[in-house]
Amino acid sequence: MEQRYFNKEIETMPRGELSALQSEKLRKQVRHVYDSVPYYRGLMDEKGLTPEDIGGIEDLHKLPFISKSDLRETYPYGMLAVPLSDCVRIQSTSGTTGKRVIAYYTQHDIDLWEECCARAIVAAGGSKDDVVQVCYGYGLFTGGPGLNGGSHKVGCLTLPMSSGNTDRQIQFMMDLKSTIICCTPSYAAYIGESLKEKGYKPEDNSLKAGIFGAEPWTEEMRRDIEKSLGIKAYDIYGLTESSGPGVAFECSEQKGMHINEDHFIAEIIDPDTGEVLPDGEKGELVFTSLDKEAFPLLRYRTRDICVLDRTPCSCGRTHVRMAKPMGRSDDMLIIRGVNVFPSQIETVLINEGYAPNYRIEVDRVNNSDTLDVYVELSPDQFTDTVGAITAMEKKLSAAITGILGIHPAVHLVAPKSIERSEGKAKRVVDKRKLHD
Amino acid sequence: MSIKQLSVFVENKRGGLVAITDLLAGHGIDMSALSIADTKDFGILRLIVNDTEKAKDALTANGILVKVTEVVGIEIPDKPGELSRALSVLDAEGINVEYLYAFISASGKGAYVAIRVEDNVAAESALTSAGFRTVTEKDVRGNKD
Repeated sequence: MEQRYFNKEIETMPRGELSALQSEKLRKQVRHVYDSVPYYRGLMDEKGLTPEDIGGIEDLHKLPFISKSDLRETYPYGMLAVPLSDCVRIQSTSGTTGKRVIAYYTQHDIDLWEECCARAIVAAGGSKDDVVQVCYGYGLFTGGPGLNGGSHKVGCLTLPMSSGNTDRQIQFMMDLKSTIICCTPSYAAYIGESLKEKGYKPEDNSLKAGIFGAEPWTEEMRRDIEKSLGIKAYDIYGLTESSGPGVAFECSEQKGMHINEDHFIAEIIDPDTGEVLPDGEKGELVFTSLDKEAFPLLRYRTRDICVLDRTPCSCGRTHVRMAKPMGRSDDMLIIRGVNVFPSQIETVLINEGYAPNYRIEVDRVNNSDTLDVYVELSPDQFTDTVGAITAMEKKLSAAITGILGIHPAVHLVAPKSIERSEGKAKRVVDKRKLHD
Repeated sequence: MSIKQLSVFVENKRGGLVAITDLLAGHGIDMSALSIADTKDFGILRLIVNDTEKAKDALTANGILVKVTEVVGIEIPDKPGELSRALSVLDAEGINVEYLYAFISASGKGAYVAIRVEDNVAAESALTSAGFRTVTEKDVRGNKD
């Protein structure tokens, strides 16, 4: 019999009970953070707040926000809420040059996170009889470890493939008859293309579902992947700051992603004023972690722009659904699943001796992101041979790869050739059509 | 006796090259030799002109990347195997050729070759010893000045 929920009691909990559970957890969590994180206590003190002022979720809006800059300021231990000796793992975001975030986990936090991923796998039709091929990256990136842990919890046979080595992915997929695949949507599309090139038809594999996240993708891309792999494709959402993938996931209805509200409270705010917006309005998504121990962020601003939907879902889950994020309230780009800030590229340029006149072009070709960086060459850098200029491009490209972890095509261009508006170069051109 | 050459950075885009030739024409610059090395994104246009400084100033004033470099010019007798012999001389001396291009002498009687090497003096001395005649800027320009 098909298992519909991983944790039926929680996932289908009546709203009233769920709110009571959230309020109880929130009170404890605020006390825990106030007592253990001097930085956040300082933020609360500034607002004249004590833990007693937070009686339940109705008081959540009073709490101060945490943004990425707070995490940078408190790097590496400033947000840690338990002794380091109680932590068993770290994960980290892709960024460096001051943007890297290190998240800490106790065993309880790992279990909680893995359960969130387990719920996503079951919602995608997974059970202990499935063979789950995890081809998200393993390591500091949360994608691989998260889905790997979730798959264990469901009791699936787990293939810890990590990303890349597509020939081997396909060999294992065929030989071990993988039924569920987890990776970035662009890698799924790439695997689909590779299968076709090798002469496989979509019905030749045993896959039935895919759980795809870590980067923006469109409905059109979903249809393409579903067709090329012969599966149903599910969206999953998460961020290292809140634990990793699994904060929210799609059910079979696919009308938004259910947020695991027993662990995370979602709010939508006006990114300019910080005011909480009513349900259904578009704004910045903010998460409060209700029961993480080591790295419990309260009112963390994700910078993702999205909408919440609290209308009942016919899948039976009572948890609120978030729409696919529609954009960012900052200049962060997500390229091949990696968070990229233009300032990171700018830092590399300056370190390598270039003027910060550049243009970043992101596009999606055959469902895979491309990154082109155009940089103006200065007169003293110009040499007379093609080889020397090509070598400069290669060196710069390698330096950017070293920071971002993704490989850009660098193009050196003539001075003043990059379009400027009001004297400033137009830095980012995102040609991908990610939001339908 | 090296020859001054202009190296100009040209982006591979529509109108990139004509913008440069137009500009030079507008300043009355006469070209004696021209060669382009190109990649997918950009090209390097190499020119030998009658007034290198004037051409350079005109290009620079228009925001175009330009560099003056010196190349070795030699006359190649018009018979089979002569270019090969010249290159063998350089090879025997361990002189690496970065690029070269040929052009017709102003007199129209023979071919000149511009050669870019690391050490012009060494290259010229090797070629002269092997019987090649080096070419001056005056030779290149002919009697037009």
